[in-house]
Amino acid sequence: MLDLVWLIPALPLAGFLLLALFGPRLSRRAVALVGAGVVLASAVVSWLVAFSFLTSPPPGASYTQNLWTWMDVAGFQPRMALYLDPLSLVMMLVVTSVGFLIHWYSTEFMAGDEGYSRFFAYMNIFVASMLVLILGDNLLLLYLGWEGVGLSSYLLIGFWYTDPANGRAARKAFYVTRVGDTAMSVGLFLLFTQFGTLQIQDLMRKAHDQWGMVPPGGIATAAGLLLLGGACGKSAQLPLQVWLPDAMAGPTPTSALIHAATMVTAGVYLIARTHVLFELSPTAELAVAVVGAATLIVAGFSAMTQWDIKKSLAFSTISQIGYMFLALGVGAWSAAIFHFVTHAFFKALLFLGAGIVIEACHHEHSMFKMGGLRKELPVAFWTFTIGGCSLAGLPLVTAGFYSKGLIIWSAYASKGGALGLWAAAVFGALLTSIYTFRMIFLTFFGEAKSEVVKRPGTAMKVPVMILAFFAVVAGFVETPGFLGGVRVFSDFMSQALPDAVPRGSLAMSEWGSEAVVTLVFFAGLVIAYYFFLKKPALQEFVTAPAAGRALHRFWFSDWGMDWLYDKVFVQPILWFARINKSDFIDAFYGAVAAVTRALWVILRSTQTGRVRWYAAVVVAGTVLFVALALYL
Amino acid sequence: MIGLLVRRNLLFILMSLEVMVNAAGLAFVVAGASHGQADGQVMFIFILAVAAAEVAVGLALVLLLYHRYRTLDVDMASQLRG
Repeated sequence: MLDLVWLIPALPLAGFLLLALFGPRLSRRAVALVGAGVVLASAVVSWLVAFSFLTSPPPGASYTQNLWTWMDVAGFQPRMALYLDPLSLVMMLVVTSVGFLIHWYSTEFMAGDEGYSRFFAYMNIFVASMLVLILGDNLLLLYLGWEGVGLSSYLLIGFWYTDPANGRAARKAFYVTRVGDTAMSVGLFLLFTQFGTLQIQDLMRKAHDQWGMVPPGGIATAAGLLLLGGACGKSAQLPLQVWLPDAMAGPTPTSALIHAATMVTAGVYLIARTHVLFELSPTAELAVAVVGAATLIVAGFSAMTQWDIKKSLAFSTISQIGYMFLALGVGAWSAAIFHFVTHAFFKALLFLGAGIVIEACHHEHSMFKMGGLRKELPVAFWTFTIGGCSLAGLPLVTAGFYSKGLIIWSAYASKGGALGLWAAAVFGALLTSIYTFRMIFLTFFGEAKSEVVKRPGTAMKVPVMILAFFAVVAGFVETPGFLGGVRVFSDFMSQALPDAVPRGSLAMSEWGSEAVVTLVFFAGLVIAYYFFLKKPALQEFVTAPAAGRALHRFWFSDWGMDWLYDKVFVQPILWFARINKSDFIDAFYGAVAAVTRALWVILRSTQTGRVRWYAAVVVAGTVLFVALALYL
Repeated sequence: MIGLLVRRNLLFILMSLEVMVNAAGLAFVVAGASHGQADGQVMFIFILAVAAAEVAVGLALVLLLYHRYRTLDVDMASQLRG
């Protein structure tokens, strides 16, 4: 069964080729069948592979399928090989399953769109690249998938290309992630020069052997930091998070699949995959934790101030990935992957729910123009509320409570943990609760401000219901000690990732940490209730003073990062391009063009179309040349 | 040759062309005779064949032009487009 693993990325790739070549000639029904069908097939194969992996585990809890040698240059032999272990297995299951649900939803959501087959072609190439990224056995193959998802993200953000703003958002996402990708490729070069291989397992073993004995010094830290740079770009972490809010210009299913559930967590996967390097370099590991903690708070504040429901969700995604980075940074590897799984479910759910709402309200994105949709869109309301509760961490019931609680506890109790990181994570949980319930109250409660023009059909309702189910039950695979102590997930993960090492002498118990998390959840709920439902006048009270307004604007604009980058990078480069517009080389080619043009003007005037002129010129020419031949 | 340059009627231009071709042929024959060789006459046969082909194409073009413009004035043909 395990040897079917090559089919998992191959099927979406085949779907992409089919749709890219014949898409416009297929009927919409056929396009939907192919587009969603290949991902369903891929998901079914993944579940079969997972079943076989669990029932008869391969030796060493990992399985490598070698397809062919990619190239062979001077001892550099990256293989086209797929590597399956608990980490890639979990990622693969989530990507294909959530991916299929979102494809299914898209068959209805995109139904009226002109680029129907183009959309599914892009979505399929995304799923294929993401699976290559996850299953890649060496870092080069991972990089191929990494760039593939970057490309499909670019294509899908700019999907509605007739609006120049969407094209700008797509380019911005591409450029900003490119900064991270460059750091990452430098990191890969560094690792290759050190160890002479990019095969992940070999690399990890060699790194452990060489750098584990003697203190590795700067190189391990540099490699770790460069990989972290790549991860920051792809996962929209500080300071490269500016592209994700703009990426919301793409269709909503894209935001759900790429910019919430799967692609943006590629950085988490990268760091988890190369965890040995980070364990060898405490500095790099601390940097991961600090980036995560800083991002989750910065993005939490920004999420609170957005009026666009999708941008609010985008900042929430940045913030939740910050949690994952925090978990990675303190060495709680499986907690990060656990949060990735639950986040994939509830954030995809929230985006799909937002898609229903947006489509119902004439493509209105502003939460302040919605309201009272609870009665009109009951399915969207209930599923969105379940997703929101999971995101904010409604105690005991939802998946988000367990995964986030585990991260917050690890931020304190793990080897790399500290009280400061714990406090940041708890504060982030308060912000999460506030902005989540702000979204729910503004969208679904209060008085109705817009009429509902489109109600979701089956293909949109069923996927969100399935996701809502998982947004609740996915948490029960891993519960804290005082709540049954189920450890299914971390036991499974421990075959691929080391367990979190607890540090000694703790002043607080896990019970206390979870109690505080519960407390801030309800505090956030109450604050949101008073500000956005009970007494909206309180908003005025806070934003009316100059300081409050300035702070609101500061957070709304993503802490002024766009402005800063515009001034520091974009404007100088544009200025440099402007002054270099007519340099020597440009002038030379300009002159070539001008001379050609002048010749064209002269020659054009001879082509009058008058036959007798042609004849006369032929005669004159003959006379001239005969005369020359005779007298010279 | 003067006929070719000054006439505007396509038929006359074609006739002038024929005369010019025949003149060239005559020159070949005379040159061949004066050198006592048959090459000049061989060349004339070639010229006849070419002239016949040219007239076939030329007359067809003339017919088409006439259908289109209802005139045989060559200067009207400068309006040809696409």
